[in-house]
Amino acid sequence: MTGPAGGPNRRGGPLTGTLHLARLVLRRDRVLLPIWVLLIAVLPAFYAATYAELYPTAAQRAEYALTTAGNPSIVALLGPLHGDSVGALTAQRAGLLHLIVGLISLLVVVRHTRTEEEAGRRELLGATVLGRYAGLAAALLVTCAADLLLGLLVTGGLVAADQPAAGSLAFGLSVALAGIVFAAVGALAAQLTESAAGARGLGLSMLGAAYLLRLAGDAGDREWLSRLSPLGWAQRTHPYAGERWWPLALLAGLAALVGAAAFRLSVRRDLGAGVLPQRLGPPTAGPALAGPWGLAWRLHRGSLLGWTVCAAALGAVLGGAADAAGNAVHGNETLARVIERLGGSSALAEAYLGAALSIVALAAAGCGIQAALRMRAEETAQRAEPVLATGVGRSRWLLSHLVFALLGPAVMLAVTGAATGLSYGLSVSDVAGRAPRLTGAALAHVPAVWVLVGLTVLLFGLLPRLSVGGAWAALAACLLLGQLGSVLELSQWLLDLSPFTHTPQLLGATVDPLPLLALTATSAALLALGLATFRRRDLPTP
Amino acid sequence: MDTAIEVTGLVKTFGRTRALDGLELTVRAGEVHGFLGPNGAGKSTAIRVLLGLLRADAGAARLLGGDPWRDAVALHRRLAYVPGDVTLWPNLTGGEVIDLLGRLRGGIDQRRRDELLTAFELDPRKKGRAYSKGNRQKVGLVAALAADVELLILDEPTSGLDPLMEGVFQHWVGRARAEGRTVLLSSHILGEVEALCDRVTIIRNGRAVETGTLAELRHLQRTSVDAELAGPPHGLAELPGVHNLRIDGDRVRFDVDTPVLDAALGRLTEIGVRSLVSRPPTLEELFRRHYESAAAPAGATR
Repeated sequence: MTGPAGGPNRRGGPLTGTLHLARLVLRRDRVLLPIWVLLIAVLPAFYAATYAELYPTAAQRAEYALTTAGNPSIVALLGPLHGDSVGALTAQRAGLLHLIVGLISLLVVVRHTRTEEEAGRRELLGATVLGRYAGLAAALLVTCAADLLLGLLVTGGLVAADQPAAGSLAFGLSVALAGIVFAAVGALAAQLTESAAGARGLGLSMLGAAYLLRLAGDAGDREWLSRLSPLGWAQRTHPYAGERWWPLALLAGLAALVGAAAFRLSVRRDLGAGVLPQRLGPPTAGPALAGPWGLAWRLHRGSLLGWTVCAAALGAVLGGAADAAGNAVHGNETLARVIERLGGSSALAEAYLGAALSIVALAAAGCGIQAALRMRAEETAQRAEPVLATGVGRSRWLLSHLVFALLGPAVMLAVTGAATGLSYGLSVSDVAGRAPRLTGAALAHVPAVWVLVGLTVLLFGLLPRLSVGGAWAALAACLLLGQLGSVLELSQWLLDLSPFTHTPQLLGATVDPLPLLALTATSAALLALGLATFRRRDLPTP
Repeated sequence: MDTAIEVTGLVKTFGRTRALDGLELTVRAGEVHGFLGPNGAGKSTAIRVLLGLLRADAGAARLLGGDPWRDAVALHRRLAYVPGDVTLWPNLTGGEVIDLLGRLRGGIDQRRRDELLTAFELDPRKKGRAYSKGNRQKVGLVAALAADVELLILDEPTSGLDPLMEGVFQHWVGRARAEGRTVLLSSHILGEVEALCDRVTIIRNGRAVETGTLAELRHLQRTSVDAELAGPPHGLAELPGVHNLRIDGDRVRFDVDTPVLDAALGRLTEIGVRSLVSRPPTLEELFRRHYESAAAPAGATR
């Protein structure tokens, strides 16, 4: 642990240099970190203020809780509802925050550990006076500090929005600790695989599993399933309804356990190596790896497969929960009457599925953007250069990646729709009727997804340096408009900026093909412009 | 076609930096042409313009009789390129990358591929992320040298190779020349340049400061002489072209401009020579003069 006895380096534990590295992490994330912390921190206070304004009386809130927030489908997507105070409604509405903060924390930790190691930058630093835990400790320190700060800001925002302090603290801490748990999961995943992409995939599948467990548990009143998931714990603090503090202790304990495992593994492996072994591959290329298309398939297939499998699992769970959502009205006269007005319990289930599919559509857009941005990654890593120095022209190279950026999310949506329809159809014994309907409803989102892919390609051609930030910011804006738009009653022109606003709800309505055609044409124009600008510009030099 | 590469007045700027500032470069078909210059002189920028990856701001470039930007795809089928830092796809094996690049160029010589793998002692089954720097370079070199192309563009291709592998590389470039291929070789390794290059171009600050065969370039330099004479060395200091004269009893050391070497040696033999060591200018001295003092006006000679 310390330098050899009598050596020149007398002091220096395994954590030496952690603070220096933490400063480096902060320097590198000085723009991104404050943005996501602040953006997320204001959300719950927004919700609280809006609920207080829209439903000022207890009676109004009770009806809202009964008809909307207490609806099992909403409970499945967002999490359980504890009471009908403004605070309780807010805590449920902000239920996805645990997932989002967990996701960001995980990605940040991987970015500052395995990505650095894979790029060889960690080695450069490792030769200086650094303890063996310093790299991992710095990444975790910054991420956990950011999560805690976020939690306190959330608490402060809620208190400022006239919510009781105890509940605000419980909710704020639950968000912070969800982030910290998945920061630790990211740290663990970064030790297991050799590539950053592999670490991200591993971490994300653990996060996805935690969300699906909670969703499945909350959808069908299977409390024990939710209790297997850290996200389930985070949503069981009952803020503003007789706070329970033990789930927070449970989360802290889990984070400590997973974090300790990551530290243990980090010193038991070589720099650059993973714990999971690396196998040898084929000495010659197979016949499929013959051109730019074959190469693009090799580069995209892993992540597309991952997206599709996750989407299928999510669809199956969503579809299975739909029947419960529709049937939960038994014994609830008020809700039954409302639902009767809306067109019966099956209409309710379909409305829920429609809402769920629009969230899947955002994920599909994420899949498309990620695939399109692989071109930027190839270019900056100087891997595009050797290919473009052969008989492959720029158009062919770009199209070879574009195929996957366009078809990937389409396949993902189709599979999700089919899985949703299948599991919903099985639960109501009408597979033949439901599966095609839901597949169609899912596919209706494809043109809107393509618009975002088109925007990504245009940024890549025109403003390559801004393409990564710009594309993800556009997706985040769509997410915010979709999530906040209805609550904040934003003006229509602002909502119209998101392509997803224009996607028709195919379920239970006649289809107007015009918006779909307009979206597809917009996407085609963006893609053509992106290709034209890429053909004319310089490739980046190292 | 006598000229493989013809570059005149090439200019490329990145913002305020003028990476290429009127570059002239001529590579004759069938020769190995050394492309030398200090770091940041513009070698890689010039090569990227020749590959159509960057677009020149001014000047003309012809590559194998075509326009490197407009005819990029057609030209690329006739050349192979090795960058100074080969990056590989982390999940593809070295063998897969070699085959892929070969197929993208329109075919690969299987027998030569196997020969090269053996010669370079490269394990083609490893995944991209598992290779060391030197082994990544070998993957790029095997892919390029196994290709059946007219022109090889090599941008510091041997960085990270050990001396043994350096020898293998030189052998294979020699074979490429014997088969009539043209090679543009950017390099910092003087032994490599001396062993391989027919002609060299030295560039600094984006323009060529010297072009010619090594013999021609040497001719412009001084030979150093170290002699023990029979008597006191009178009359040497007066000879034009003699520099750095140091006299130590009967021993004399000086540098002399190569054109007046004959006159200086004539004077020595008049005095009587007991022993004589004469050393031609080393490449290192030649380059050092061009590499040093970026502030000095380009191409200044004394």
